[in-house]
Amino acid sequence: MPAATTVSRATKPTVPFLRDTLLALWRDKLAFISTMFLLIVLFAVAFGPSLLPDAALQMNLRARNAPPFSIDRGWLYVLGSDNLGRSLLARLIIGSRYTLLIAGAAVLLSMVCGTILGLIAGYRGGRIGTVIMRAADMLMSFPSLLLALIVLFVLSPQISNVVLVLALSRVAVYLRTCRAEVLEVRERQFVSAARALGASPLRIALVHILPNVLPTLVTLATLEFAAMMLAESSLSFLGLGVQAPAVTWGLMVAEGRGYLSSAWWLSFWPGLAISLTAISLNLLANWVRTVTDPSQSWRLEARRANS
Amino acid sequence: MLPYLRQRFFQSAISLLGLIVIVFFLARLTGDPTDLLLPVDTPASVREEFAQRHGFDQPVIVQFGYYLANLLRFDFGQSLHQNAPALDLVLHAMPTTLLLAFWAMTISLLIAVVAGAMAAWRPGGLFDRIASLISLAGASIPNFWIAIVGVLVFAVWLRVLPTSGTGTPWHWILPVTVLFVRPCGLLTQVVRSSMLAALSSAYVKTAKARGVKTRSIIFVHALRNAMLPVITVAADQAAGMINGAVIAETVFGFPGIGKLLIDSILFRDFAVIQAAVLVTAIAIFVLNVVVDILYSILDPRVRHN
Repeated sequence: MPAATTVSRATKPTVPFLRDTLLALWRDKLAFISTMFLLIVLFAVAFGPSLLPDAALQMNLRARNAPPFSIDRGWLYVLGSDNLGRSLLARLIIGSRYTLLIAGAAVLLSMVCGTILGLIAGYRGGRIGTVIMRAADMLMSFPSLLLALIVLFVLSPQISNVVLVLALSRVAVYLRTCRAEVLEVRERQFVSAARALGASPLRIALVHILPNVLPTLVTLATLEFAAMMLAESSLSFLGLGVQAPAVTWGLMVAEGRGYLSSAWWLSFWPGLAISLTAISLNLLANWVRTVTDPSQSWRLEARRANS
Repeated sequence: MLPYLRQRFFQSAISLLGLIVIVFFLARLTGDPTDLLLPVDTPASVREEFAQRHGFDQPVIVQFGYYLANLLRFDFGQSLHQNAPALDLVLHAMPTTLLLAFWAMTISLLIAVVAGAMAAWRPGGLFDRIASLISLAGASIPNFWIAIVGVLVFAVWLRVLPTSGTGTPWHWILPVTVLFVRPCGLLTQVVRSSMLAALSSAYVKTAKARGVKTRSIIFVHALRNAMLPVITVAADQAAGMINGAVIAETVFGFPGIGKLLIDSILFRDFAVIQAAVLVTAIAIFVLNVVVDILYSILDPRVRHN
């Protein structure tokens, strides 16, 4: 008995935390279902292309526009097939990769650039800071989709350009958030102490300020992910995003648009996939926000509202 | 208020100038307009004559100077695709989009205020949970998919709504729906959280203690104070409606500014793109000024500072 109690005490800081988190997740059924769904999507992103190397591109003209909910042609055709007889389920699985990776890359890029610029604008300030903030105002005063459309019309719509444009359209959100946080952290005592000890501005910004600012920015990034995915899908839908041999969910919706009256499933399923992924991401982000730090939730609410 | 507006005006003028420069040079980066606009086998003499007539043979800086000078005379250039003044095309398309955005915004605000306020009255209650889920879904579902499902259900299956055109009020139902869902979802969330803050404040407790009716506490005491962040977000969403308008107008063949923009991007019609972008930016600027004035009316603290 005594041995058992010591063991449980020794492991207390890690195991109950994990267990409590999982229990809390189980208790909130919506968050739990969202997590399960996102895990399935992540599985498709990671292993889909290697499990189904060519099912998404294999044409089967006999199965053109085959209706869903029938497994006569095998389970791959359970969601039906497109106008060239390609399995929609396979295309959804393959399409998840580009859809999510483009959004992820764009979120990462805009967060890194926004954080660096925000640190400069917040900590160094001065004329450079003013120029950065004015540029951000200009970016924010203009609708993001329009900005992306105009830039993509100039550059060719390659995947790298799509990522670049999406990142550019949201960089100001991180910049403003980061700057506001830095302005606050900068006045704290540990920063003055570091300065008094002779730390260089670069060291203060990276070692003392950045770690205090980062949690807010990471939480903001999780919220931005769903928005980024929707933006990418809109661009693909308008034909100015990722181009045809590649598969993304937004592109699949666009391709199916012409067949609405004869084969609704062509654009219904990919749109449903986008919607469910975005809803799950937002539900999970909400849950994480309330579980981790209820006192901070108002900040994100305000920030999200402003974005 | 006046000095503030003046400052705001100059800031926006600088932003607009920056926008003009960026759009002009971006458009020129795509290559020589004569190559884009004329067929490949055009003889060199015709090519030269065309370049001279449109000033494309001058250095880019000189072209930009001419462009700026013309802008000051409200001359945005000719649409090369539709052979009409670019500004006329944009101003002709503007009212449709404005009307679309107006209806979408009015409906989202009405729903958001009522649903958000009711959800905040009993946080965690049944209505709150349902409203939160629906508003989150509304903010997450892509608007082009709403358009597609709308067409599928109401035009293809039920055959009660038309799919394109602007003739009757029936034509407006689907485009307005596509436009209002996302802002409505976001606004409901903002109204809810801002009402929650207002309802826990001291003046609401005082009103409750004095036995004021529930309805009047929500809609008179709390809502007025909760509206400030809502207006900020609503203004942002209204400015962002051009994003949704691009989608809705393309899907439903609506002759608004969004469709004009997409078409001119696809046809590489520089003059129209530039005019549409500038007019949109000016409209957003006007919107922001109106919101600032509204703010000062609603909140005496803003007025006196």
